[in-house]
Amino acid sequence: MEYFIQLFLGGLTRGSIYALIALGYTMVYGIIELINFAHGEIYTIGAFTALITASVLTLYGFNEISILILASLVAVIYSSAYGFTIEKIAYKPLRHAPRLSPLISAIGMSVFLQNYVLLAQTSDFLPFPGLVPEFQFMKKYEHIFSSTELMIFLTTSVVMIILTLVIKFTKIGKAMRATAQDRKMAMLVGVDVNRIVSITFIIGSALAAIGGVLIASHIGQINFYIGFIAGIKAFTAAVLGGIGSIPGAVLGGFILGWTESFATGYVSSDYEDVFAFALLVLILIFRPAGILGKSKAQKV
Amino acid sequence: MLKLVNVKTFYGNIQALKGVNIEVREGEIITLIGSNGAGKTTTLMSISGITPPGSGEILFMDQPIHNVSPDKIVSLGISQVPEGRHIFPQLTVMENLHMGAFLRTDKDGIADDIEYVFGLFPILTERRNQAGGTLSGGEQQMLAISRALMARPRLLLLDEPSLGLAPKIVRQIFDIIRKINSEQKTTIFLVEQNANLALQVANRGYVMENGRIVLEDYADRLLSNEAVKKAYLGL
Repeated sequence: MEYFIQLFLGGLTRGSIYALIALGYTMVYGIIELINFAHGEIYTIGAFTALITASVLTLYGFNEISILILASLVAVIYSSAYGFTIEKIAYKPLRHAPRLSPLISAIGMSVFLQNYVLLAQTSDFLPFPGLVPEFQFMKKYEHIFSSTELMIFLTTSVVMIILTLVIKFTKIGKAMRATAQDRKMAMLVGVDVNRIVSITFIIGSALAAIGGVLIASHIGQINFYIGFIAGIKAFTAAVLGGIGSIPGAVLGGFILGWTESFATGYVSSDYEDVFAFALLVLILIFRPAGILGKSKAQKV
Repeated sequence: MLKLVNVKTFYGNIQALKGVNIEVREGEIITLIGSNGAGKTTTLMSISGITPPGSGEILFMDQPIHNVSPDKIVSLGISQVPEGRHIFPQLTVMENLHMGAFLRTDKDGIADDIEYVFGLFPILTERRNQAGGTLSGGEQQMLAISRALMARPRLLLLDEPSLGLAPKIVRQIFDIIRKINSEQKTTIFLVEQNANLALQVANRGYVMENGRIVLEDYADRLLSNEAVKKAYLGL
Protein backbone atom coordinates (compact mmCIF):
# COMPACT_ATOMS: atom_id res chain seq x y z
CA MET A 1 0.00 0.00 0.00
CA GLU A 2 2.79 2.35 0.91
CA TYR A 3 4.42 1.57 -2.40
CA PHE A 4 1.19 2.41 -4.20
CA ILE A 5 0.93 5.74 -2.36
CA GLN A 6 4.50 6.50 -3.20
CA LEU A 7 3.87 5.88 -6.88
CA PHE A 8 0.62 7.84 -6.73
CA LEU A 9 2.37 10.86 -5.20
CA GLY A 10 5.27 10.53 -7.64
CA GLY A 11 2.78 10.54 -10.48
CA LEU A 12 1.08 13.58 -9.00
CA THR A 13 4.35 15.52 -8.95
CA ARG A 14 5.29 14.48 -12.44
CA GLY A 15 1.78 15.13 -13.70
CA SER A 16 1.63 18.61 -12.24
CA ILE A 17 4.80 19.53 -14.13
CA TYR A 18 3.40 18.08 -17.37
CA ALA A 19 0.21 20.01 -16.74
CA LEU A 20 2.10 23.23 -16.22
CA ILE A 21 3.92 22.90 -19.54
CA ALA A 22 0.85 21.52 -21.33
CA LEU A 23 -1.02 24.71 -20.42
CA GLY A 24 1.37 26.65 -22.63
CA TYR A 25 0.68 24.39 -25.61
CA THR A 26 -3.04 24.37 -25.12
CA MET A 27 -3.42 28.13 -24.58
CA VAL A 28 -1.41 29.01 -27.66
CA TYR A 29 -3.34 26.43 -29.67
CA GLY A 30 -6.62 27.81 -28.36
CA ILE A 31 -5.77 31.31 -29.56
CA ILE A 32 -3.94 30.83 -32.87
CA GLU A 33 -4.36 27.10 -33.63
CA LEU A 34 -0.63 26.56 -33.70
CA ILE A 35 1.39 23.84 -31.98
CA ASN A 36 4.28 25.84 -30.60
CA PHE A 37 7.00 23.22 -30.84
CA ALA A 38 9.53 25.66 -29.41
CA HIS A 39 7.66 25.60 -26.12
CA GLY A 40 9.84 22.83 -24.67
CA GLU A 41 12.95 24.91 -25.38
CA ILE A 42 11.47 27.74 -23.33
CA TYR A 43 11.45 25.28 -20.44
CA THR A 44 15.12 24.47 -21.05
CA ILE A 45 15.97 28.17 -21.16
CA GLY A 46 14.08 28.68 -17.92
CA ALA A 47 16.08 25.93 -16.23
CA PHE A 48 19.42 27.27 -17.50
CA THR A 49 18.58 30.82 -16.51
CA ALA A 50 17.72 29.62 -13.03
CA LEU A 51 20.96 27.64 -12.83
CA ILE A 52 23.06 30.66 -13.80
CA THR A 53 21.17 32.98 -11.45
CA ALA A 54 21.39 30.47 -8.61
CA SER A 55 25.15 30.04 -9.11
CA VAL A 56 25.71 33.78 -8.99
CA LEU A 57 23.50 34.24 -5.95
CA THR A 58 25.22 31.36 -4.14
CA LEU A 59 28.55 33.17 -4.60
CA TYR A 60 27.02 36.18 -2.91
CA GLY A 61 25.88 34.01 -0.01
CA PHE A 62 22.10 34.16 -0.34
CA ASN A 63 20.14 31.50 1.55
CA GLU A 64 18.27 28.62 -0.12
CA ILE A 65 14.75 29.95 -0.16
CA SER A 66 15.67 33.43 -1.43
CA ILE A 67 17.77 31.83 -4.17
CA LEU A 68 14.80 29.67 -5.15
CA ILE A 69 12.48 32.66 -5.37
CA LEU A 70 14.91 35.00 -7.13
CA ALA A 71 16.13 32.35 -9.58
CA SER A 72 12.56 31.42 -10.46
CA LEU A 73 11.67 35.06 -10.94
CA VAL A 74 14.61 35.71 -13.27
CA ALA A 75 13.82 32.51 -15.18
CA VAL A 76 10.19 33.53 -15.58
CA ILE A 77 11.07 37.00 -16.86
CA TYR A 78 13.79 35.77 -19.19
CA SER A 79 11.69 32.94 -20.61
CA SER A 80 8.69 35.20 -21.11
CA ALA A 81 10.87 37.55 -23.10
CA TYR A 82 11.91 34.58 -25.23
CA GLY A 83 8.31 33.44 -25.72
CA PHE A 84 7.25 36.96 -26.70
CA THR A 85 10.13 37.32 -29.15
CA ILE A 86 9.66 33.88 -30.71
CA GLU A 87 6.07 34.72 -31.52
CA LYS A 88 7.03 38.04 -33.08
CA ILE A 89 9.85 36.59 -35.17
CA ALA A 90 8.65 33.13 -36.12
CA TYR A 91 4.84 33.15 -36.05
CA LYS A 92 3.40 36.62 -36.45
CA PRO A 93 4.70 37.15 -40.01
CA LEU A 94 3.01 33.84 -40.92
CA ARG A 95 -0.37 34.60 -39.34
CA HIS A 96 -2.14 34.51 -42.70
CA ALA A 97 0.02 31.84 -44.34
CA PRO A 98 -1.22 28.25 -44.83
CA ARG A 99 -1.26 26.33 -41.57
CA LEU A 100 1.75 24.19 -42.40
CA SER A 101 4.09 27.20 -42.62
CA PRO A 102 3.96 28.33 -38.97
CA LEU A 103 4.21 24.68 -37.92
CA ILE A 104 7.46 24.27 -39.84
CA SER A 105 8.63 27.59 -38.47
CA ALA A 106 7.90 26.25 -34.96
CA ILE A 107 9.95 23.12 -35.53
CA GLY A 108 12.77 25.27 -36.94
CA MET A 109 12.64 27.52 -33.89
CA SER A 110 12.82 24.47 -31.63
CA VAL A 111 15.90 23.08 -33.38
CA PHE A 112 17.51 26.51 -33.43
CA LEU A 113 17.01 27.13 -29.72
CA GLN A 114 18.22 23.65 -28.78
CA ASN A 115 21.44 24.22 -30.65
CA TYR A 116 21.74 27.73 -29.31
CA VAL A 117 21.64 26.39 -25.75
CA LEU A 118 24.06 23.63 -26.76
CA LEU A 119 26.58 26.13 -28.13
CA ALA A 120 26.11 28.78 -25.48
CA GLN A 121 26.33 26.24 -22.64
CA THR A 122 27.58 22.70 -23.11
CA SER A 123 26.39 19.31 -24.30
CA ASP A 124 27.19 17.76 -20.90
CA PHE A 125 24.78 17.38 -18.05
CA LEU A 126 25.23 20.17 -15.53
CA PRO A 127 24.47 19.66 -11.86
CA PHE A 128 21.52 21.70 -10.69
CA PRO A 129 21.37 22.68 -7.01
CA GLY A 130 18.47 21.37 -4.93
CA LEU A 131 16.92 24.75 -4.31
CA VAL A 132 14.09 23.52 -2.14
CA PRO A 133 15.03 23.27 1.54
CA GLU A 134 14.23 20.09 3.54
CA PHE A 135 11.15 20.88 5.57
CA GLN A 136 11.28 19.57 9.16
CA PHE A 137 7.66 18.40 9.16
CA MET A 138 8.30 16.30 6.04
CA LYS A 139 11.07 14.23 7.74
CA LYS A 140 8.60 11.47 8.68
CA TYR A 141 7.35 11.05 5.12
CA GLU A 142 10.65 11.62 3.36
CA HIS A 143 10.78 8.05 1.99
CA ILE A 144 7.52 8.41 0.07
CA PHE A 145 7.21 12.14 -0.66
CA SER A 146 10.13 14.55 -0.56
CA SER A 147 10.07 18.24 0.30
CA THR A 148 10.87 19.08 -3.30
CA GLU A 149 7.93 17.04 -4.53
CA LEU A 150 5.65 18.76 -2.04
CA MET A 151 6.94 22.12 -3.23
CA ILE A 152 6.34 21.16 -6.87
CA PHE A 153 2.80 20.08 -6.15
CA LEU A 154 1.98 23.19 -4.10
CA THR A 155 3.55 25.65 -6.53
CA THR A 156 1.87 24.17 -9.58
CA SER A 157 -1.48 24.05 -7.77
CA VAL A 158 -1.24 27.70 -6.76
CA VAL A 159 -0.13 28.74 -10.26
CA MET A 160 -2.98 26.83 -11.89
CA ILE A 161 -5.55 28.30 -9.50
CA ILE A 162 -4.29 31.82 -10.22
CA LEU A 163 -4.39 31.13 -13.96
CA THR A 164 -7.96 29.84 -13.73
CA LEU A 165 -9.06 32.93 -11.83
CA VAL A 166 -7.34 35.23 -14.31
CA ILE A 167 -8.97 33.53 -17.28
CA LYS A 168 -12.38 33.37 -15.68
CA PHE A 169 -12.73 36.75 -14.07
CA THR A 170 -10.37 39.37 -15.48
CA LYS A 171 -11.00 41.47 -18.53
CA ILE A 172 -7.90 40.15 -20.23
CA GLY A 173 -8.98 36.58 -19.45
CA LYS A 174 -12.38 37.17 -20.99
CA ALA A 175 -10.71 38.68 -24.05
CA MET A 176 -8.50 35.57 -24.31
CA ARG A 177 -11.51 33.28 -24.21
CA ALA A 178 -13.38 35.45 -26.70
CA THR A 179 -10.39 35.47 -29.06
CA ALA A 180 -10.08 31.69 -28.81
CA GLN A 181 -13.77 31.22 -29.60
CA ASP A 182 -14.10 33.72 -32.45
CA ARG A 183 -11.07 35.74 -33.40
CA LYS A 184 -12.72 37.95 -36.01
CA MET A 185 -15.57 38.84 -33.69
CA ALA A 186 -13.10 39.64 -30.92
CA MET A 187 -11.52 42.15 -33.30
CA LEU A 188 -14.95 43.59 -34.06
CA VAL A 189 -15.62 44.36 -30.39
CA GLY A 190 -12.27 46.09 -30.12
CA VAL A 191 -9.87 43.44 -28.86
CA ASP A 192 -6.31 44.01 -30.05
CA VAL A 193 -5.72 40.39 -31.04
CA ASN A 194 -1.96 40.79 -31.48
CA ARG A 195 -1.73 41.89 -27.88
CA ILE A 196 -3.76 38.91 -26.71
CA VAL A 197 -1.49 36.56 -28.66
CA SER A 198 1.60 38.14 -27.08
CA ILE A 199 0.11 37.87 -23.60
CA THR A 200 -0.72 34.22 -24.22
CA PHE A 201 2.86 33.48 -25.21
CA ILE A 202 4.17 35.35 -22.18
CA ILE A 203 1.91 33.46 -19.77
CA GLY A 204 2.67 30.10 -21.38
CA SER A 205 6.42 30.76 -21.26
CA ALA A 206 6.27 31.84 -17.64
CA LEU A 207 4.52 28.59 -16.74
CA ALA A 208 7.11 26.56 -18.65
CA ALA A 209 9.93 28.38 -16.86
CA ILE A 210 8.42 27.60 -13.45
CA GLY A 211 8.14 23.98 -14.52
CA GLY A 212 11.75 23.99 -15.69
CA VAL A 213 13.12 25.35 -12.42
CA LEU A 214 11.06 22.97 -10.26
CA ILE A 215 11.88 19.80 -12.15
CA ALA A 216 15.56 20.72 -12.50
CA SER A 217 15.93 21.13 -8.76
CA HIS A 218 14.08 17.85 -8.26
CA ILE A 219 16.17 15.80 -10.69
CA GLY A 220 19.39 17.64 -9.96
CA GLN A 221 20.86 17.93 -13.44
CA ILE A 222 20.05 19.63 -16.73
CA ASN A 223 21.28 19.70 -20.31
CA PHE A 224 20.20 21.31 -23.57
CA TYR A 225 17.91 18.40 -24.42
CA ILE A 226 15.59 18.29 -21.36
CA GLY A 227 13.06 20.63 -22.94
CA PHE A 228 12.60 18.44 -25.97
CA ILE A 229 11.60 15.38 -23.93
CA ALA A 230 9.48 17.36 -21.48
CA GLY A 231 7.92 19.24 -24.37
CA ILE A 232 6.88 16.07 -26.18
CA LYS A 233 5.42 14.64 -22.98
CA ALA A 234 3.54 17.83 -22.17
CA PHE A 235 2.28 18.03 -25.73
CA THR A 236 1.02 14.46 -25.33
CA ALA A 237 -0.72 15.54 -22.12
CA ALA A 238 -2.35 18.46 -23.92
CA VAL A 239 -3.61 16.24 -26.74
CA LEU A 240 -4.75 13.61 -24.24
CA GLY A 241 -6.88 16.13 -22.39
CA GLY A 242 -8.10 17.81 -25.56
CA ILE A 243 -5.90 20.46 -27.11
CA GLY A 244 -7.29 23.94 -26.65
CA SER A 245 -8.97 23.01 -23.39
CA ILE A 246 -7.36 24.37 -20.22
CA PRO A 247 -8.90 21.90 -17.75
CA GLY A 248 -8.08 19.24 -20.35
CA ALA A 249 -4.36 20.10 -20.22
CA VAL A 250 -4.33 19.76 -16.44
CA LEU A 251 -6.25 16.48 -16.51
CA GLY A 252 -4.07 15.14 -19.33
CA GLY A 253 -0.95 16.07 -17.36
CA PHE A 254 -2.04 14.16 -14.28
CA ILE A 255 -3.19 11.10 -16.23
CA LEU A 256 0.11 10.98 -18.06
CA GLY A 257 2.04 11.46 -14.82
CA TRP A 258 0.22 8.59 -13.12
CA THR A 259 0.51 6.31 -16.13
CA GLU A 260 4.26 6.78 -16.22
CA SER A 261 4.66 6.50 -12.49
CA PHE A 262 2.69 3.26 -12.20
CA ALA A 263 4.27 1.79 -15.32
CA THR A 264 7.72 2.48 -13.89
CA GLY A 265 6.78 1.16 -10.47
CA TYR A 266 4.93 -2.01 -11.40
CA VAL A 267 6.47 -2.94 -14.74
CA SER A 268 9.83 -1.38 -15.49
CA SER A 269 11.18 2.10 -16.01
CA ASP A 270 12.09 0.98 -19.53
CA TYR A 271 8.38 0.87 -20.32
CA GLU A 272 7.55 4.33 -19.02
CA ASP A 273 7.35 5.92 -22.47
CA VAL A 274 5.69 2.88 -24.02
CA PHE A 275 2.76 3.17 -21.66
CA ALA A 276 2.58 6.95 -22.00
CA PHE A 277 2.40 6.90 -25.77
CA ALA A 278 0.24 3.77 -25.94
CA LEU A 279 -2.27 5.74 -23.89
CA LEU A 280 -2.04 8.57 -26.39
CA VAL A 281 -2.67 6.20 -29.28
CA LEU A 282 -5.70 4.72 -27.52
CA ILE A 283 -7.17 8.13 -26.79
CA LEU A 284 -6.61 9.26 -30.36
CA ILE A 285 -8.37 6.16 -31.67
CA PHE A 286 -11.38 6.27 -29.38
CA ARG A 287 -11.68 9.96 -28.60
CA PRO A 288 -9.79 11.94 -31.25
CA ALA A 289 -10.65 15.33 -29.76
CA GLY A 290 -9.14 14.33 -26.41
CA ILE A 291 -10.84 13.65 -23.09
CA LEU A 292 -12.33 17.11 -22.59
CA GLY A 293 -11.94 18.39 -26.13
CA LYS A 294 -14.99 19.20 -28.16
CA SER A 295 -15.23 18.49 -31.82
CA LYS A 296 -16.20 21.78 -33.39
CA ALA A 297 -19.81 22.26 -34.37
CA GLN A 298 -21.27 25.57 -35.29
CA LYS A 299 -24.84 26.77 -35.26
CA VAL A 300 -25.70 28.75 -38.35
CA MET B 1 -20.35 61.11 -41.12
CA LEU B 2 -19.00 58.12 -43.07
CA LYS B 3 -17.67 58.38 -46.56
CA LEU B 4 -16.32 55.68 -48.84
CA VAL B 5 -14.41 57.07 -51.79
CA ASN B 6 -13.53 54.73 -54.64
CA VAL B 7 -12.90 51.82 -52.26
CA LYS B 8 -11.30 48.75 -53.80
CA THR B 9 -10.85 45.64 -51.69
CA PHE B 10 -9.12 42.44 -52.67
CA TYR B 11 -9.07 38.85 -51.38
CA GLY B 12 -5.77 37.68 -52.77
CA ASN B 13 -6.20 38.05 -56.51
CA ILE B 14 -9.94 38.41 -56.42
CA GLN B 15 -11.27 41.94 -56.42
CA ALA B 16 -14.41 42.04 -54.29
CA LEU B 17 -14.99 45.81 -54.34
CA LYS B 18 -14.33 47.64 -57.60
CA GLY B 19 -14.51 51.26 -56.56
CA VAL B 20 -17.33 51.80 -54.09
CA ASN B 21 -18.65 55.26 -53.23
CA ILE B 22 -21.06 55.55 -50.33
CA GLU B 23 -21.95 58.40 -48.02
CA VAL B 24 -23.73 58.03 -44.71
CA ARG B 25 -25.06 61.16 -43.02
CA GLU B 26 -25.42 61.61 -39.30
CA GLY B 27 -28.66 60.25 -37.86
CA GLU B 28 -29.97 58.43 -40.91
CA ILE B 29 -30.63 54.81 -41.66
CA ILE B 30 -29.11 53.79 -44.95
CA THR B 31 -29.31 50.38 -46.50
CA LEU B 32 -27.12 48.54 -48.92
CA ILE B 33 -28.98 45.90 -50.90
CA GLY B 34 -27.84 43.46 -53.52
CA SER B 35 -27.67 39.77 -54.28
CA ASN B 36 -25.34 37.15 -52.83
CA GLY B 37 -21.71 37.83 -53.54
CA ALA B 38 -22.25 41.44 -54.62
CA GLY B 39 -19.75 42.67 -52.01
CA LYS B 40 -22.06 43.89 -49.25
CA THR B 41 -20.33 42.06 -46.43
CA THR B 42 -16.93 43.00 -47.79
CA THR B 43 -18.00 46.64 -47.71
CA LEU B 44 -18.78 46.37 -43.99
CA MET B 45 -15.60 44.42 -43.28
CA SER B 46 -13.59 47.11 -45.09
CA ILE B 47 -15.19 49.80 -42.95
CA SER B 48 -14.45 47.83 -39.75
CA GLY B 49 -10.84 47.31 -40.83
CA ILE B 50 -11.01 43.51 -40.95
CA THR B 51 -10.31 43.47 -44.70
CA PRO B 52 -8.71 46.89 -45.26
CA PRO B 53 -9.15 48.29 -48.75
CA GLY B 54 -6.30 47.96 -51.23
CA SER B 55 -6.97 51.46 -52.50
CA GLY B 56 -9.44 54.28 -52.00
CA GLU B 57 -10.40 56.18 -48.89
CA ILE B 58 -12.75 55.63 -45.98
CA LEU B 59 -13.44 58.73 -43.91
CA PHE B 60 -15.24 58.75 -40.57
CA MET B 61 -16.02 62.17 -39.15
CA ASP B 62 -13.64 63.52 -41.82
CA GLN B 63 -10.76 61.34 -40.57
CA PRO B 64 -9.25 58.61 -42.73
CA ILE B 65 -9.80 55.19 -41.15
CA HIS B 66 -8.79 52.85 -43.97
CA ASN B 67 -5.36 52.23 -42.43
CA VAL B 68 -6.58 52.06 -38.86
CA SER B 69 -6.68 48.78 -36.90
CA PRO B 70 -10.08 47.22 -36.11
CA ASP B 71 -9.88 47.93 -32.38
CA LYS B 72 -9.15 51.63 -33.01
CA ILE B 73 -12.11 51.81 -35.37
CA VAL B 74 -14.36 50.46 -32.63
CA SER B 75 -13.00 53.07 -30.23
CA LEU B 76 -13.82 55.80 -32.78
CA GLY B 77 -17.46 54.76 -32.59
CA ILE B 78 -18.16 52.19 -35.29
CA SER B 79 -19.58 48.85 -34.16
CA GLN B 80 -20.63 45.95 -36.31
CA VAL B 81 -23.16 43.16 -35.97
CA PRO B 82 -21.67 40.69 -38.45
CA GLU B 83 -23.54 38.28 -40.66
CA GLY B 84 -24.27 35.06 -38.82
CA ARG B 85 -24.27 36.92 -35.48
CA HIS B 86 -20.99 35.50 -34.18
CA ILE B 87 -21.95 35.18 -30.57
CA PHE B 88 -19.07 33.95 -28.40
CA PRO B 89 -20.59 30.49 -27.88
CA GLN B 90 -19.03 29.57 -24.56
CA LEU B 91 -19.34 32.97 -22.94
CA THR B 92 -22.54 33.71 -21.05
CA VAL B 93 -24.98 36.36 -22.24
CA MET B 94 -23.60 38.75 -19.61
CA GLU B 95 -20.01 38.01 -20.65
CA ASN B 96 -20.93 38.58 -24.29
CA LEU B 97 -22.38 41.96 -23.36
CA HIS B 98 -19.29 42.83 -21.35
CA MET B 99 -17.14 41.92 -24.35
CA GLY B 100 -19.16 44.45 -26.32
CA ALA B 101 -18.07 47.07 -23.81
CA PHE B 102 -14.46 45.85 -23.95
CA LEU B 103 -12.92 49.26 -24.65
CA ARG B 104 -14.98 51.10 -22.06
CA THR B 105 -13.86 51.71 -18.50
CA ASP B 106 -16.92 53.49 -17.08
CA LYS B 107 -18.40 50.76 -14.87
CA ASP B 108 -21.60 52.68 -14.07
CA GLY B 109 -22.22 53.52 -17.71
CA ILE B 110 -21.76 49.87 -18.67
CA ALA B 111 -24.25 48.76 -16.01
CA ASP B 112 -26.76 51.36 -17.25
CA ASP B 113 -26.36 50.18 -20.83
CA ILE B 114 -26.87 46.56 -19.81
CA GLU B 115 -30.15 47.62 -18.23
CA TYR B 116 -31.00 49.51 -21.44
CA VAL B 117 -30.46 46.51 -23.75
CA PHE B 118 -32.33 44.26 -21.32
CA GLY B 119 -35.16 46.75 -21.71
CA LEU B 120 -34.98 46.45 -25.50
CA PHE B 121 -34.84 42.65 -25.40
CA PRO B 122 -36.42 41.40 -22.14
CA ILE B 123 -35.83 37.76 -23.11
CA LEU B 124 -32.09 38.30 -22.66
CA THR B 125 -32.65 39.06 -18.97
CA GLU B 126 -33.87 35.51 -18.46
CA ARG B 127 -30.93 34.14 -20.37
CA ARG B 128 -28.28 36.28 -18.72
CA ASN B 129 -26.27 33.39 -17.23
CA GLN B 130 -26.74 31.01 -20.14
CA ALA B 131 -23.93 30.31 -22.61
CA GLY B 132 -24.38 32.28 -25.84
CA GLY B 133 -24.22 29.13 -27.96
CA THR B 134 -27.35 27.73 -26.32
CA LEU B 135 -29.60 30.60 -27.42
CA SER B 136 -32.02 30.34 -30.34
CA GLY B 137 -31.22 32.12 -33.59
CA GLY B 138 -33.51 35.05 -32.80
CA GLU B 139 -32.12 35.42 -29.30
CA GLN B 140 -28.60 35.32 -30.68
CA GLN B 141 -29.45 38.12 -33.10
CA MET B 142 -30.84 40.17 -30.23
CA LEU B 143 -27.70 39.49 -28.22
CA ALA B 144 -25.48 40.41 -31.19
CA ILE B 145 -27.25 43.76 -31.58
CA SER B 146 -27.12 44.34 -27.82
CA ARG B 147 -23.43 43.51 -27.73
CA ALA B 148 -22.72 46.04 -30.49
CA LEU B 149 -24.75 48.69 -28.62
CA MET B 150 -22.64 48.10 -25.51
CA ALA B 151 -19.82 49.99 -27.21
CA ARG B 152 -22.13 53.04 -27.48
CA PRO B 153 -21.45 53.36 -31.20
CA ARG B 154 -22.20 56.49 -33.20
CA LEU B 155 -22.49 54.33 -36.29
CA LEU B 156 -23.94 50.83 -36.16
CA LEU B 157 -23.22 48.44 -39.03
CA LEU B 158 -25.75 45.63 -39.34
CA ASP B 159 -25.13 42.71 -41.67
CA GLU B 160 -28.23 40.70 -42.61
CA PRO B 161 -30.02 40.88 -39.27
CA SER B 162 -33.03 39.06 -40.75
CA LEU B 163 -31.08 36.04 -41.95
CA GLY B 164 -32.67 32.75 -40.98
CA LEU B 165 -35.21 34.21 -38.57
CA ALA B 166 -38.96 33.76 -38.30
CA PRO B 167 -40.99 36.68 -39.76
CA LYS B 168 -42.32 37.66 -36.35
CA ILE B 169 -38.81 37.91 -34.88
CA VAL B 170 -37.63 39.83 -37.95
CA ARG B 171 -40.36 42.42 -37.44
CA GLN B 172 -39.45 42.74 -33.76
CA ILE B 173 -35.79 43.25 -34.62
CA PHE B 174 -36.53 45.86 -37.26
CA ASP B 175 -38.72 47.77 -34.81
CA ILE B 176 -35.82 47.82 -32.38
CA ILE B 177 -33.45 49.03 -35.12
CA ARG B 178 -35.79 51.94 -35.77
CA LYS B 179 -36.03 52.61 -32.04
CA ILE B 180 -32.26 52.64 -31.61
CA ASN B 181 -32.03 55.13 -34.45
CA SER B 182 -34.67 57.48 -33.08
CA GLU B 183 -33.94 57.16 -29.34
CA GLN B 184 -30.17 56.86 -29.27
CA LYS B 185 -29.57 58.95 -32.39
CA THR B 186 -27.37 56.11 -33.62
CA THR B 187 -26.68 56.24 -37.33
CA ILE B 188 -27.41 52.91 -38.96
CA PHE B 189 -25.85 51.23 -41.97
CA LEU B 190 -27.98 48.20 -42.80
CA VAL B 191 -26.96 45.48 -45.21
CA GLU B 192 -29.85 43.28 -46.29
CA GLN B 193 -30.93 40.72 -48.81
CA ASN B 194 -34.52 41.31 -47.82
CA ALA B 195 -34.70 44.50 -49.86
CA ASN B 196 -38.37 45.14 -49.27
CA LEU B 197 -37.98 45.19 -45.52
CA ALA B 198 -34.74 47.16 -45.60
CA LEU B 199 -36.13 49.88 -47.86
CA GLN B 200 -39.13 50.28 -45.59
CA VAL B 201 -37.03 51.28 -42.58
CA ALA B 202 -34.26 53.13 -44.40
CA ASN B 203 -34.05 56.77 -45.44
CA ARG B 204 -31.81 56.08 -48.38
CA GLY B 205 -30.55 53.03 -50.17
CA TYR B 206 -27.68 51.84 -52.32
CA VAL B 207 -27.91 48.94 -54.74
CA MET B 208 -24.77 46.89 -55.23
CA GLU B 209 -23.88 44.55 -58.09
CA ASN B 210 -20.56 42.81 -58.67
CA GLY B 211 -18.59 45.05 -56.33
CA ARG B 212 -20.03 48.31 -57.66
CA ILE B 213 -22.81 50.66 -56.60
CA VAL B 214 -25.22 50.70 -59.52
CA LEU B 215 -28.00 52.78 -58.03
CA GLU B 216 -28.55 55.14 -55.13
CA ASP B 217 -31.67 57.00 -54.14
CA TYR B 218 -34.18 57.72 -51.40
CA ALA B 219 -35.66 54.50 -50.10
CA ASP B 220 -39.23 55.22 -51.15
CA ARG B 221 -38.08 55.99 -54.68
CA LEU B 222 -36.09 52.77 -54.83
CA LEU B 223 -39.17 50.88 -53.68
CA SER B 224 -41.06 52.13 -56.71
CA ASN B 225 -38.13 51.87 -59.12
CA GLU B 226 -38.99 49.38 -61.87
CA ALA B 227 -35.53 47.82 -62.12
CA VAL B 228 -35.27 47.37 -58.35
CA LYS B 229 -38.75 45.92 -58.20
CA LYS B 230 -37.88 43.37 -60.81
CA ALA B 231 -34.47 42.37 -59.49
CA TYR B 232 -34.82 42.60 -55.72
CA LEU B 233 -38.43 42.91 -54.67
CA GLY B 234 -39.77 40.00 -56.65
CA LEU B 235 -42.63 42.04 -58.03
